[in-house]
Amino acid sequence: MRRALGIGAWLLTVAAGLGVFLVLPHLVSDFHSRDLARAGVFFIAIVGLNLLTGYTGQISLGHGALMAIGGYTTAALVVHEHWRDVWTIPLAGIAAGIVGFIIGIPALRLSGLYLALATFGFAVAIPSLLKKFSGLTGGTQGLRFLESAPLQVTGLTGKVTIFGHTMTQNHFLYYLTWSIGIVGFALAWLIVRGRLGRVFRSVRDSEIAAVSSGVNLAATKTLAFALSGVYAGVAGALLAIQDEIVNPLTYTFLLSILVLVGAVVGGLGSLPGLVLGALFVQYLPKISTHVSGRSGVRDFVYGAAIIVVMILLPTGAGGFLRRVARPLTTWLYTRP
Amino acid sequence: MALLSVEGVTRRFGGIVAVDDVSLDVGEGEIVGLIGPNGAGKTTVFNLITRLYRPESGEIAFAGESLLRTPPHGVVRRGIARTFQNVELFGSMTVLEHVLMGRHARRGRRARKILGYVGVAAHAHRLARELPYGLQKRVELARALASGPRLLLLDEPAGGLNHEEVEELGGLIRRLRDDFELTVLLVEHHMGLVMGAAERVHVLDFGRRIASGTPAEVQNDPAVIEAYLGTTNG
Repeated sequence: MRRALGIGAWLLTVAAGLGVFLVLPHLVSDFHSRDLARAGVFFIAIVGLNLLTGYTGQISLGHGALMAIGGYTTAALVVHEHWRDVWTIPLAGIAAGIVGFIIGIPALRLSGLYLALATFGFAVAIPSLLKKFSGLTGGTQGLRFLESAPLQVTGLTGKVTIFGHTMTQNHFLYYLTWSIGIVGFALAWLIVRGRLGRVFRSVRDSEIAAVSSGVNLAATKTLAFALSGVYAGVAGALLAIQDEIVNPLTYTFLLSILVLVGAVVGGLGSLPGLVLGALFVQYLPKISTHVSGRSGVRDFVYGAAIIVVMILLPTGAGGFLRRVARPLTTWLYTRP
Repeated sequence: MALLSVEGVTRRFGGIVAVDDVSLDVGEGEIVGLIGPNGAGKTTVFNLITRLYRPESGEIAFAGESLLRTPPHGVVRRGIARTFQNVELFGSMTVLEHVLMGRHARRGRRARKILGYVGVAAHAHRLARELPYGLQKRVELARALASGPRLLLLDEPAGGLNHEEVEELGGLIRRLRDDFELTVLLVEHHMGLVMGAAERVHVLDFGRRIASGTPAEVQNDPAVIEAYLGTTNG
């Protein structure tokens, strides 16, 4: 009986979430859907970072650079090879996954703050590297889809038709991003709940006990980095598709920090709060600007908001949700 | 032939020789105690057997094959499981999840059976870290047993337990050996437990093996009395 109620509550939550996903763009202005699509990019990157940092315990301050790998893979394929933009997404994910795997190798010798600094170095170095190989990357100018390969941009005319259903380009970008986000979220959820998730957590909780249980630390950490890289790469590809341009300025180390802020605010080591983490990262700058257009005041509001959230929600939104829901879940899952 | 043989193994940390040319053996089906004063190198020997440390010289063989080419995470697959002196649990995991981790590399008996055997089945869905210390040690034991080991290494299983729990432990170790067809090597400070449960004892002092034999023999060995028993009132 309680088990049925538990499953019912769970299904209801999923249905409500999907309902919000479908209806939301129709409740806000068309232009605003684009902001929501941008939040979806953060969401995907944050889910990926959480698999690595939240579950495996490996801090990365380099995820902005992995997003750059994804974004530039998409841009290079569109501009140089004339691929249709959306079809580049899987390859962008794979490319960033491979780079993530490679970054994971030094992580075998580093941990905690040292690993954070090493990955941070990667985040700082990537924009300069992008400027250097200008034949491929367009240098400081970046690559512009509309000038170089307009026919490859989905929704160039402002309308997109899928399965006989016509929508605006902004709605298309919203549904594209969040559909991928939901699938990525579901996959992450399956991973976290399963055997691999348990192995990830064992590495985070106690490396020595994990090894003694037969966990290959090197394989597990590099796998987590690679997996996390795939998410970052897909997020970067979607960012490029939304912007119709890639440029070193988009992928500065600030992007890496924003993704980490989103993961921490959303709740490391839990998944449901990550939507809130993504919305926080996307909308806080806009809200801060709303308070005051002067950059000093804006930055102050932005920084203060992060401090306040961390004091009020030290375990992130995920921890808060868990605490609020605990009486219910305890009741549902305790045998009478 | 011995199931586990350690031959002439040395390991230094900086200038300190933690384990100095130590040889010892554990026969199949035996319960062997490894004793010695604090800092004698007992846990270091465990960490050498489980490949967490690399010996500078010497050989360690298990079931007739060298262990030194097995990576640390491969040791459990060879059939060696261990517990830790200061309980190494996974902070985010329930008791049941610990046993599932034990089954990660090698499937022993079914998780539920093991939980019942060590007496923590009632707590299967609680976080292991939230249990009293005595039960945490049981969880660690369950995790080790879940991998279906041939050799079980117990690092101070009586540490932190109260008098009654220690009394029980001796019986449990013997039952484990019989029911799971195990060989047991235990490091222990608690002389009563070692003398009651172990069939043979190796004694370490300052990284060297100073005596081996039955508990009765070792207790009467002058070198042991001087190094160890004499200083702790036996």
